[in-house]
Amino acid sequence: MENRTKATLCLDNGQSFEGYALGCTDTVSGEMVFSTAMTGYPEQLTDPTYHGQILCLTYPLIGNYGMPSEDTCKKSGLMKNYESEKVQPSGLVIFDYCEDYSNWEAVKSLEQWMKEQGLTGIMGVDTREVAKSIRDAKGPLRGRIQIEGAEASGFSKEVFGPADVACKEVVSYSPCNGCGPRKKVVLVDCGVKHSVIRSIVKSGCDVIRVPYNYDFTSMEYDGVFVSNGPGDPTLCYETVAILKKAMEQGKPMFGYNLGFLLMARAAGCETKRLDRAHRSANQPVRENGTNRAYITSQNAGYTVVEASVPADWEVYFTNLNDGAVDGIRHKTLPFMGMQFDPAVCVRLNDDMTPFKEFIQKL
Amino acid sequence: MKDNNIKKVLVLGSGALKIGQAGEFDYSGSQALKALREEGIETILINPNIATVQTSEQVADKVYFLPVTPYFVEKVIKKEQPQGILLSFGGQTALNCGVELFRSGVLEANDVKVLGTPVQAIMDTEDRERFNEKLAQINVNTIRSHAVETVEDAKKAAEELGYPVIVRAAYALGGLGSGFCDNEEELVTLCESSFSFSPQVLVEKSLKGWKEIEYEVMRDRYDNCITVCNMENFDPLGIHTGESIVVAPTQTLSAKECNHLKELAIKMVRHLGIVGECNVQYAYDTKSMDYYVIEVNARLSRSSALASKATGYPLAFVAAKIGLGYSLFDIRNSVTKETPAFFEPALDYVVAKIPRWDLSKFNGVSRNIGSSMKSVGEVMAIGRNFEEIIQKGLRMIGQGANGFVGNKELKVDDIDKALHEPTDNRVFVISKALQAGYTVEQIHDLTKIDLWFLNKLQGIVNTYKEMQQHEHIEEMPLELLKKAKIQGFSDVQIALAVYKNNMDLEEAEDIIRAFRNANYIRPVVKQIDTLAGEYPAKTNYLYLTYGGEQNDIESELAADGRQQNSVIVLGSGAYRIGSSVEFDWCSVNTLQTVRKQGYKGIMINYNPETVSTDYDMCDRLYFDELTFERVMDIYEMENPHGVIVSVGGQIPNNLALRLDRHRVSILGTKASCIDKAEDRNKFSSIVDKLGIDQPKWKELSTFDEVDKFIDEVGFPVLVRPSYVLSGAAMNVCYNHEELREFLGLAAEVSEKHPVVISEFMQRCKEIEFDAVADGGEVIAYAISEHVEFAGVHSGDATIQFPPQKLYVETVRRIKKIAKKIASALEITGPFNIQFLAKDNYIKVIECNLRASRSFPFVSKILKINMIELATKAMLGLKPAAPAKSAFDLDYVGIKSSQFSFSRLQQADPVLGVDMHSTGEVGCIGDDFNEALLKSLMSVGYSIPKKNILISSGDALQKADLLNACRLLVSKGYKLFATAGTQRYLVENEVPATRIIWPEDLQNPELAGKYRNAVEMVQNKEIDLVINIPKNFTHRELTNGYLVRRAAIDYNIPLITNARLATAFIRAFCSMDVDDIQIKSWDQY
Repeated sequence: MENRTKATLCLDNGQSFEGYALGCTDTVSGEMVFSTAMTGYPEQLTDPTYHGQILCLTYPLIGNYGMPSEDTCKKSGLMKNYESEKVQPSGLVIFDYCEDYSNWEAVKSLEQWMKEQGLTGIMGVDTREVAKSIRDAKGPLRGRIQIEGAEASGFSKEVFGPADVACKEVVSYSPCNGCGPRKKVVLVDCGVKHSVIRSIVKSGCDVIRVPYNYDFTSMEYDGVFVSNGPGDPTLCYETVAILKKAMEQGKPMFGYNLGFLLMARAAGCETKRLDRAHRSANQPVRENGTNRAYITSQNAGYTVVEASVPADWEVYFTNLNDGAVDGIRHKTLPFMGMQFDPAVCVRLNDDMTPFKEFIQKL
Repeated sequence: MKDNNIKKVLVLGSGALKIGQAGEFDYSGSQALKALREEGIETILINPNIATVQTSEQVADKVYFLPVTPYFVEKVIKKEQPQGILLSFGGQTALNCGVELFRSGVLEANDVKVLGTPVQAIMDTEDRERFNEKLAQINVNTIRSHAVETVEDAKKAAEELGYPVIVRAAYALGGLGSGFCDNEEELVTLCESSFSFSPQVLVEKSLKGWKEIEYEVMRDRYDNCITVCNMENFDPLGIHTGESIVVAPTQTLSAKECNHLKELAIKMVRHLGIVGECNVQYAYDTKSMDYYVIEVNARLSRSSALASKATGYPLAFVAAKIGLGYSLFDIRNSVTKETPAFFEPALDYVVAKIPRWDLSKFNGVSRNIGSSMKSVGEVMAIGRNFEEIIQKGLRMIGQGANGFVGNKELKVDDIDKALHEPTDNRVFVISKALQAGYTVEQIHDLTKIDLWFLNKLQGIVNTYKEMQQHEHIEEMPLELLKKAKIQGFSDVQIALAVYKNNMDLEEAEDIIRAFRNANYIRPVVKQIDTLAGEYPAKTNYLYLTYGGEQNDIESELAADGRQQNSVIVLGSGAYRIGSSVEFDWCSVNTLQTVRKQGYKGIMINYNPETVSTDYDMCDRLYFDELTFERVMDIYEMENPHGVIVSVGGQIPNNLALRLDRHRVSILGTKASCIDKAEDRNKFSSIVDKLGIDQPKWKELSTFDEVDKFIDEVGFPVLVRPSYVLSGAAMNVCYNHEELREFLGLAAEVSEKHPVVISEFMQRCKEIEFDAVADGGEVIAYAISEHVEFAGVHSGDATIQFPPQKLYVETVRRIKKIAKKIASALEITGPFNIQFLAKDNYIKVIECNLRASRSFPFVSKILKINMIELATKAMLGLKPAAPAKSAFDLDYVGIKSSQFSFSRLQQADPVLGVDMHSTGEVGCIGDDFNEALLKSLMSVGYSIPKKNILISSGDALQKADLLNACRLLVSKGYKLFATAGTQRYLVENEVPATRIIWPEDLQNPELAGKYRNAVEMVQNKEIDLVINIPKNFTHRELTNGYLVRRAAIDYNIPLITNARLATAFIRAFCSMDVDDIQIKSWDQY
C-alpha cells in the first residue's frame, strides 16, 4: 500500500475520500453510480450500461477471483466471460483490493487488466459512505478520481447514450448447431451485453444485431429485442421512433433496461428519473396479479410513470422495495418490457419466464 | 395467505445443549414463537432446557419442561390438542421426534398438521438413498454412496468405491458416528460404533480437499425462492462444517459459479418441496465447476442461525410465517422495516465464524478435527476485510489468543504433520508455519486451504514483522499503524510488536490507545442493513471497523460528551463448557429490564447462537468483541449511564477492574469488591475476618511450604488458580507425585494470579446459594443442593431446588453467612456462593459477584425473576424483596447435566472437579422422584428394562449402593457385577451374576466361566451401566474405562456416581413412566 500513489475521490457535493490509485493513474471524472452486487466485477466493468460512469462497488473485497480469459466464441466473436470487448466505466472505486487472486478460471489480476484497459481506480475508500452519498443525492452526483500530483480538474458533465456504445453496423449471429428454419430476432443494440446475445442465440434463434438508430422495419424478422444501454431515455428519440413503427407491425417485442424504457416511450408512456436508482443484483419484483415474485438484477436510473401507461398496456412487474414500475406489457399484443436483465442472474419460476414466453411467441 | 384454521401450535425445542446442537435452536425457536404470537396464535412449547430464553415467560403461552421424545410429545398433543406443529426449529432432536410421530400415525390421529416443510420432504432429505434418488431425478450430482446395514456390506461397498471413503450414520446430528477411513481396518472399527447410533450407515467416496460451499434457501408455498446467504469454508471438505472456519459471503467464487450453485440450490429446494428454510451443502471442485451435493438440511440449522446473524435476515422468523401460509413478499424485512422479506441480502462487509473447542478438558480425547463435530461453541466476527475478521474472531474464541499473531509460542513438534492432520489448533499452526518461513504454497499443499485465505494470513504476518522493527509507537509511521488497525490488529498485538516483552502489557496497551486517540485513529460504527446502503435503513445492528471513515449513526452518538440515558450490557461470548445459554438468558433478561425502566439497552456480544444478539432484543446491538479495547471504544462513543458486567459470566466479570480504572461507570457491585471475591487470596482473608469457616488453603510460592501445608491437612488436596470458570485448570491431587506434575501445568495457565491449594473435603454435601443483594443486603435468594457429594463440579452435578435433604439448621446458617458476605462485599446485584456442608458444619468454597449458571433454573422454579430484581437493584431502583411465602414451594425442580461424550471419541466419561457437561435441563415434579425421572429422561436416560451392570468402586460406595441394589432385585431386575461388587452383594443377600473385566479374558479359567462386561454392553444385553470409579486420579486404560467407554459408544445409559445412581434407582422403582404428570410450567 505504501508504494502506491495516493489518490482522492472528490464528489461534487463537496465530500472527498482519501485512498490509493489502482490500475491506471489518469485523473478521471464522471457520474457516480454504485452496485451492491457481491460478485461480478468482470461483467460490470465491461457492461456498456456503465459507460463513462465511475462505479463504486459496495462489497469491500474486490479482485478475489481475478479476471477470466478474454476468449471469444470462434463463430460469433462474442466475449465468453465479459459483457463487451472493453472496459466501460471511466473509474472504479473500491475498499480493499486483492492482488493474490484465487480462482481456476483467472488468467490475470484485476489491476493488470485495468492497466491494459486504461481504467483508473481508487482503493481504500469508505465505499459504504460513497454509496450513501450517491443514494441520497438529488439528481446525478459527479465524481472525480484525482491522482496525487496531477493537476486538479473539474467534474465532467458529459452525458453518454447508446451512440457511444452501440455497434456501428449490422451484425448477424446464428446458433452453433441445429438446422431447419430458425426464427429471426432483431436485436436493437443500445449497448447490449454479450451475455444477452449469447442467451438469445442459445435459445435457437438467429440474431440480427442492428445499431440503436437503424430502421429495421423493412427487414424480414420474427421479433424485436431492445437491449440495455446507458443514458437518459428521453434523449433516445431516434430509437423510440423506430420502435413505434415496429409496434405497428405487431411482431413480438421484448425490451429490458434502457430497452424497456424506450419501448415504454414508444407506447406512449412517460419516463422519469428514479429517486433512488436500482443498482443491485437483489431487486425484488412481483408479477402483478400473481403470487409470483422474482429476485432480479437491475442497473436502472429511470423508470416509467405509472399514471402514463396507456389503457391498452398494463403494469407487468412492480418493484417490491419502492413500488416503482419494473415492467409493462401490452394487454393483447406480444409486447413486453422490464427493468431487469432477462438472461443473467434472474431466478424466475422454471416454468415460464418472460424471456421464454417471448421466444415461444416468435 | 395465512391458514386461519390454525389457532394453537405446538413447537418442539431441542432439549439440552450438546455438541452439534447448541444455542442456535434457542434463537430459532424464540423467533418462531415470536412470529406465531404476532399472529395471535396460541403457542405450546416442549423443551426441558430451562436455561433458554424460549422457555421464559411471555415467549410461549405454555411451556412443558419435558423430554422431546415421541412418548411425551404425544401426551402433550392429547392434552393440548393443537392444530399445528412446528418440527424444524428444534434441531435434529425435534425433527427426528416429529418424523417418528408422523410415521406412527400420532399426528394424523390427533389432527395435527405439520406446518412448513412436509414430513415427506424431511424424510427425503434424511434418508440418503431416497435423497440421492430424488436428486437424480433432476440430474443433480450427489455423492455416490451405498446405504448398508451390516459391517460386511460396508466392506464390500468400500472396496467398490475405493479408499478413502467416508462413513456416515443416517439420522444423526452433526455427523455423529461419521468419519474417514483409509483402509478396511479403520472402516470396521468405525462402522461398529456407527451402527449403535443408527440402523443404517452410508459408505461414500471421499472428496477430501474439495471446497465446501453452503447456501441458505427460503421457499414459500407459492414456489417463490430466494437464497439468503452463501458461505465458504476456510477449511476444505473433510472437516465438518461445524469444525470449520466459515466465511460469508463466498470469497473465491465468480459470479458465474455463484449463480450456478444458487440455481442448483433453488432447483433442489423446489423439487424436494421445502416450505420454509433449508440449507444446502456442496462439495465444489477447485479446478472446474464440478460439484456434489453433500446434504440438504430441511430445517433451521447452525448454519441458518449463522446466516441470520451474518446478513440480518431473520430466517427462523420468516420460516415460521411461511409455515403459516404467508408468501415471502407478504412479510416485511425486519431490518429496513420498509422493504419486503422477499429479497436477497447484499453484504458490504464480511463475516467469519470460528469454532470454539474445549478438548483440553477431556482426558484421552483426540484433538484432531475431521468429519465429526467436536466444537462446543462458535463466534462470529464482522469486518471489512478478511484480516480484520480472522483476527477479531481469534480473540473472540476466548482462549488467550491476541489475534493471528502475537500469541504465546505454540509448541509444535512436527509442523508438516500438524498442518496435514489438523487439530483444534490448526490456525495457530498455520501462523507458526508462516512465521517459520513456510510459503503459502507449501501450506496449501499440506492443508488444501485455498491460497486466497493463506495469502491474507501471510499479509498479517508481514505487517506484524514490519511493526516489530520499531521500538516506540511514536516512531512507527502512522500509515503502518492504520494498516495494522485495518487488518484487525488489537492494541495489545501492536504493543507486543513494538514493546516486545519489555513493558507491562496493560501499560503498553494504554500507551498505544492514547497514541491512537491523539492521532484520530479510531474505529467507526457501521450498520448491518441487509442491502449495503442501497436504501436508508433504521437498523440498530452494528459493528465496529477500521475499514471506513464515517460512522453510520454519528448524529445519534454522544458527540457532545453528555451522559446518555442508556445502559451497556456485556454478553457472555462464545459458548463453551462452563458458560452457555444460561448467561444468554441472563443477558436478555437484563436488557429487557433495562428497557422497561426507560433506559436504552445496548448489547455487546459476538455469539451467533444467542438470542441476546438478536437485534430485536435491544436498542442497539454491537456485534463485536468483549475486549477491554473494544468495550472502551463503544463506551467512549455511547457515553452511557453505566455498564453491567455481572450477567454475562466470567468474560465481562474479568473486565470489571480494568474498566473501573479507566473511569467506566460500572453498575452494581463495585469493581474493587468484585476483585475481592475473584482473588482467592483476598476473599479468603475476608472470610477469615468474618469468622466464616472455609476449607484450609494456602497460596503456593515454594514447594517446601506446600509440603508443610499438606502435612497439616493431608491428601487429597484441591489445586486451583484464581480467576477461573468451570474449574479450568483445577484438579484434585491424591499424592505428592500428582501434585508436582499438576503444578507444572497450572503455573502455565496464569502467571499473574497465584495458585492456591486447599484441603479437599470428601463425602460432603455441596450447596449453591444464588441471590440478589441491594446495598449489601440480600433481597432474594435460592438455596439448592447437589444430589452428588462435593467433588463433582457444580456444572456437572444434579441439582435439586428447593433442597430436599438439608437440615433447617444448615439452611439457617447458610443464610446467615451469606448475609455477612453480602454486607462485607457491599454487593448490589446478582451473586452466588458455594458451600460445603457436613452435618451442620458449613464451609464456604467460592463466591462470585455475578449471575451464576443456575440463575435461570432457580428463577423459573421460584417464578421470581432474580435477574430482573438484580438489574433493578443495579439501576438503583431499590426493588422490594419478594414476599417470604414466595420461597415456599410445594414442588421440586431438578437440574440435570447433558454430556457429549459420545462425540468425543476416547474421552473417559467420568466426572470430577473439572466441568465436562455441555448443557443441562431442568424439570419440575410434584416430588423429587418425579422431577428426577423427567430430568434424567430429558438428558437421554431411559428406565432400564431388565439387566443392570454394576461395578461399584470402593467399600464405602459399595455400601452406598447396597439398598438400591436390593430394591432393584425386588423389582425383578437382574444384576450383573464384577468380582468385588458381586461378592459384596451376594454376601449381603442380594443376588447378582458375576461378570469379568476385559483383562480377565487372559485367564482361561475365568474366561470360560463368566461373561465379559464389555462384550455384554456391546451386544446391548445391558440396559444400564453403573460404574463408580474408585477415585479421581488420571485416566488409564483401565477396565473401568473400557466399560464406561463401551456404554457411551453403544449408547447405553451410564451413571458413574453412587449418589446419583441411588437416586435414579429409587425414582424408577417408586414410579412408572405412566405415572409422570404431564403438567405445564404454569400448572405448578
